[in-house]
Amino acid sequence: MNRVIVTLLAQRIALALLSLLAVSLVVFAITAVLPGDAAQEQLGQDATPEALTALRAQMGLDVPAPQRYLRWLVGMVKGDPGTSTTTQMPVGSLIASRLPNSLLLAAVTALFSVPIALTLGISSAVWRGSWFDRLASTAAVAVVSVPEFLVATLAVLVFAVKLRWLPALSYVNDIESLGQLLRAFAMPVLSLCCVIVAQMMRMTRAAVIDQLEAPYIEMVKLKGASPLRTVLAHALPNAIGPIANAVAFSLSYLLGGVIIIETIFNYPGIAKLMVDGVSQRDMPLVQTCAMIFCAGYLFLVTLADVCGIVANPRLRHR
Amino acid sequence: MYAASSQTRGCGIGDMRHMETIPTSPTEVTSVPGLAPAPGRPARRAWLAGFGVSGLIGLAVLVLWLLAALFGPVLLPQGRSAAGGGAVFAPISAAHWLGTDYLGRDMLARVIDGARYTVGVALVATLLASGIGTLLALLAAASGRWIDATLSRSLDTLTAIPSKMFALIMVAGFGSSVAMLVATAAFIYVPGAYRIARSLAVNINALDYVTVARTRGEGTLYVMLREILPNIIGPMLADLGLRFVYVVLLLASLSFLGLGIQPPAADWGSLVRENVGALADGGASVIAPALAIASLTIAVNLVIDNLPGRAARERGAR
Repeated sequence: MNRVIVTLLAQRIALALLSLLAVSLVVFAITAVLPGDAAQEQLGQDATPEALTALRAQMGLDVPAPQRYLRWLVGMVKGDPGTSTTTQMPVGSLIASRLPNSLLLAAVTALFSVPIALTLGISSAVWRGSWFDRLASTAAVAVVSVPEFLVATLAVLVFAVKLRWLPALSYVNDIESLGQLLRAFAMPVLSLCCVIVAQMMRMTRAAVIDQLEAPYIEMVKLKGASPLRTVLAHALPNAIGPIANAVAFSLSYLLGGVIIIETIFNYPGIAKLMVDGVSQRDMPLVQTCAMIFCAGYLFLVTLADVCGIVANPRLRHR
Repeated sequence: MYAASSQTRGCGIGDMRHMETIPTSPTEVTSVPGLAPAPGRPARRAWLAGFGVSGLIGLAVLVLWLLAALFGPVLLPQGRSAAGGGAVFAPISAAHWLGTDYLGRDMLARVIDGARYTVGVALVATLLASGIGTLLALLAAASGRWIDATLSRSLDTLTAIPSKMFALIMVAGFGSSVAMLVATAAFIYVPGAYRIARSLAVNINALDYVTVARTRGEGTLYVMLREILPNIIGPMLADLGLRFVYVVLLLASLSFLGLGIQPPAADWGSLVRENVGALADGGASVIAPALAIASLTIAVNLVIDNLPGRAARERGAR
């Protein structure tokens, strides 16, 4: 680590925090300010002025928007995002009961998809132009260009309906053994993996090809190194930065994918909670879930940047 | 990617030396895809032939769906679209070419009706997003540094929110009428279009003939529309196709979650959602709309990858 890297990292992190602040402003504006008077909406058109005033005071709508935003932001930061309007439970405890499930799903998916995607991406880059590369790349394009729910639907059709290997729905509550855990997770993880692996494989392949076509690889080959050594000892160390970048960036797709996957498999995670919140217009819940997702997304994107900076040998040995 | 792989067809795995001679497709300059109006019939035929087989297949599917969206409801016999009557989840038969849905309605009519929403809403949203993005980019490139910096920073902030999350927040705030869905999708994809258009426009802006135009006293509007726009419109049209795919996927996912097009109207995403009960028997009513989405998005991808005179570039994230 030297000063250049530290400065760059500090800049990235500051930028991420600034973005998060801006995001919170956008989220608050869209959900709480722009749609109009929430009290009016709740009571209907023919509510008495007195009832409106009372409800506004109760919902905290009687103060100007900037002040409400500050209050909301402080609540968010302190971990007290308010009360859910539909269930009347604190949003914090609702999320605390669901978040571990989602994190577990994401972790298991990452555990499987990263090694598979890297292996596929690197081998198709090394054998680029071969039937293997053409098959893998075509499959990846096909998976990337269809919606996640289609991949999940097809996976259910093949593995749960036709082959009857796995249950179509997952209920995390009644899990007693490891076998049951694996069976409950199999379908959601499988579907998520398909989407993530395709994305990550394409980016890894591009990163490795970029290195393999550099002049120094030609030099390595001219001096007689074996193809395996060329790739593992010469190309890969230089491609690690872009690959780590690709991995972190693809994992941020998990956040989008997980919304669909949790809904289709009825998985009790935070994304399902948010979709339910949106359909019931439960604003505090939606706001909190949105902020958690955006923070996760910014974290992964920043992580991708950081990986790129730290792994760049030109910056390291300055 | 496709261009490169087709040249290397038949290369052995160990045949690395041969592969090196292949030009790298991503670095090739993307030229304007045959936008100049073809003067005569032979030229037009040559332009069509430039698509190659897979490009022509994609073009055919795309035209088919566009025609279905425009004229489908007129051409269908009136009796077909009538609600109910038949057996629920009936299989493919002579009377119902794609079976029937969960209320016994003819699936073919539903899919063709859905084409209007899926293709129509996505097309309008894409045109809006690309149009606004391009205009803002022209403004940023042609006017001073302050406008450029402000526009770039504020639009960058919007990309810190994942697209599906943004859509969920917008639906939570403003509901999901067709107009809102168009606005939401357009809003989400403006930053992406802006970023690409700006990077193109900034390069053009630095060229001599733009300086000449400024020197002879032309206004900003003239420079934007007469000097820069004609030179970036080709790549922007190709980008429009990609953006269209993203919008289709986003809207289909929203509808699949039950937050997009509301019943009784249905786009293909809602058709999959409605008929997901048929999945257990592998019914045509859930497969058909899913395949329709896949065929549309893959067709657009094929057309863009095979645009005449354009090296397929690696596609980015959003």
